[in-house]
Amino acid sequence: MKTKMLLAGVTAGVMFAGSVLASTLDDVRARGKLNCIINTGLAGFAAPDDKGNWTGFDVDFCRAVAAATLGDADKVNYTTATGKTRFTKLAAGEGELLSRNTTWTFSRDVDLSQTFIGVNYYDGQGFMVPKALGVKSAKGLDGASVCIQTGTTTELNLAEFFAGNNIKYNPVPIETNAEAQELYKAGRCDVYTTDASGLYATMMSFDNPSDHMVLPEIVSKEPLGPVVRHGDDQWADIVAWVLRAMMAGEEKGITSKNVKELAAKDNKDKEINRLLGKDPLQGLSKLGLSADWAVNVISQVGNYQESFEKHLFPLTIKRGMNALYRDGGLHYIPPIK
Amino acid sequence: MSEKIYKPGNYPDLPPPPGTVGVYGWIRQNLFSSISNSLLTIISVMLLYYLIDGIIGWFFLDAVFDADSKIACRKIDDGACWAVITRRVGQFVYGFYPEAERWRIDITFLTMFVAFAPLLYPDIPKRKWLLYFSIFYPFFAFVLIMGGYFGLQKIEYSLFGGFMLTVILGVCGIVCSLPLGILLALGRQSNLTVVRTLSVCFIEFMRGVPLITLLFVASSMLNYFLPPGTNFSILVRVIIMFTFFSAAYIAEVIRGGIQAIPKGQYEAADALGMNYWQKTRFITLPQALKISIPGIVNTFIGLYKDTTLVVVIGLLDPLGIGRAALADTKWNGLSTETYLFVALFFFVSCFAMSRYSLWLENKLNTDKK
Repeated sequence: MKTKMLLAGVTAGVMFAGSVLASTLDDVRARGKLNCIINTGLAGFAAPDDKGNWTGFDVDFCRAVAAATLGDADKVNYTTATGKTRFTKLAAGEGELLSRNTTWTFSRDVDLSQTFIGVNYYDGQGFMVPKALGVKSAKGLDGASVCIQTGTTTELNLAEFFAGNNIKYNPVPIETNAEAQELYKAGRCDVYTTDASGLYATMMSFDNPSDHMVLPEIVSKEPLGPVVRHGDDQWADIVAWVLRAMMAGEEKGITSKNVKELAAKDNKDKEINRLLGKDPLQGLSKLGLSADWAVNVISQVGNYQESFEKHLFPLTIKRGMNALYRDGGLHYIPPIK
Repeated sequence: MSEKIYKPGNYPDLPPPPGTVGVYGWIRQNLFSSISNSLLTIISVMLLYYLIDGIIGWFFLDAVFDADSKIACRKIDDGACWAVITRRVGQFVYGFYPEAERWRIDITFLTMFVAFAPLLYPDIPKRKWLLYFSIFYPFFAFVLIMGGYFGLQKIEYSLFGGFMLTVILGVCGIVCSLPLGILLALGRQSNLTVVRTLSVCFIEFMRGVPLITLLFVASSMLNYFLPPGTNFSILVRVIIMFTFFSAAYIAEVIRGGIQAIPKGQYEAADALGMNYWQKTRFITLPQALKISIPGIVNTFIGLYKDTTLVVVIGLLDPLGIGRAALADTKWNGLSTETYLFVALFFFVSCFAMSRYSLWLENKLNTDKK
């Protein structure tokens, strides 16, 4: 607790010192590059391709912010961080944006003096079983042996879920994800449980992914989203509206293919005009962005749907909770007017 | 048939009885000397055959060396899928260093051998001239790798990775920690109270704290103590921590060497009227260092392998690059191939170091020759 308070205090000190200096946007513009903190490697979210270019769902968001602020999605320096170092790296100014599948919680938001600007992926703890087991729901897992990483929140969630449904299970404690994969493949446990996106990635690493399935029950809330430092509201607003612009793109049917065309003509839907800079958007100058910011984002990175389908569909992840509200999902963005 | 008659003493040596010499004899004596031995031999050969057949098959015969993805690999053959290595060998070696600038790393690496040659092999011709190059080399290497001078493009630290990162961390740590370790060892033996106390404190603190803690300090805490705006690169911070950590161990190894020198040596030096530095330079260190070679190299090999720990603070050493490769949906699941490749790299480097230390020990082993 003491160290936490010390950390928070020091962080606040750094924040204060930072706010005296130029704004984050000015720093980024002066450097000509956005420093973005990403995962060291997580299937679908951030991984280098064979040529060494980072790609993934979280990486796309870094690119989108660079496109909005600098006009070029490629002007990003990627700094990799582990789960333990990500917040200190952000607080110490090694990046302006943390886009690393980070769960939004009270203490992270408040105690560590960070600003979560929204949710770009709703995750949750799920269960993976071999199809041969013949189980269709997690409630049918009575007596199953479950591979579970010790010392994580997933352990607690699991215990609560099974106790709440009055079913018994045998926990098989393991240390790492890799170990869990081996035990699961060897049949040492019937069920493997961790965040659903992680389950899909694990499943794809098997030789026969179609022999396994993720059960429909999701037993915890893991809203993942980009994070910025406390204290620069202009920057937080920019990052937040870049995310909303990507979702608005999907909602209004603006894609990387047709965005230039839509930006050039007068659309019946005035919201498209305002987003793409045809009609004035009140207050845009306060964000310090040019009128074509959203055009840059959508033309260079794509809308939310395009990014999702490009990086997460190969892992057989479905839209589910991550669909727009009109399609039965949770993404509901404020109107752009 | 009459035997030839020889004079006494001139009878020629008869050949050994058949079946006791040559390949046949050896096999008979060692592998098939009894029934149980013969059975054991046959079983072992069969076991070895299945084992080696499987291993060679997986490694080479059924392996795929080039394909677009793991799925493409599996379609071709069911052995190892080395394509994940061959397609990403550039990343494993250079990290994310821009492809057009990689010649700079190649030159730095090759000239490193020229710079180290006079230090490692005292008998090399033209050693004096090469030594000048060795002194100049660190600046040369720094400018070449980092860029920003003489029209060379400046490269961000965050692009460093792979074997290049391991070699930079390892070599810098090793080169800096040996002199620092020697100074600390001498300091610990010093008669000056302040010097001795400081050395003891430093050594005990560094040895008493896990390396991973020091790395977290380097990655998270140091920034808070520095004035805002100073961009003290994470790479430099990590190298300093590695140097300090390994210097503390080196100091203790060398102290062991110093204390192993017979007291008569010091007394003889004092009797000759040598001052402290002469005594250290000509009597203490040459003998102490010679004794400590195995311990020093041991520490260096440990340090070299410990560089993989930087993965916890988000630097992508070969192990980190390997994990990142496994996170690519194309190569997901090829962990055996990736980890074997990284292990091979570390084995080759560490084995070379250990062979060099053996060679040096034999060369300096003057008193037993």
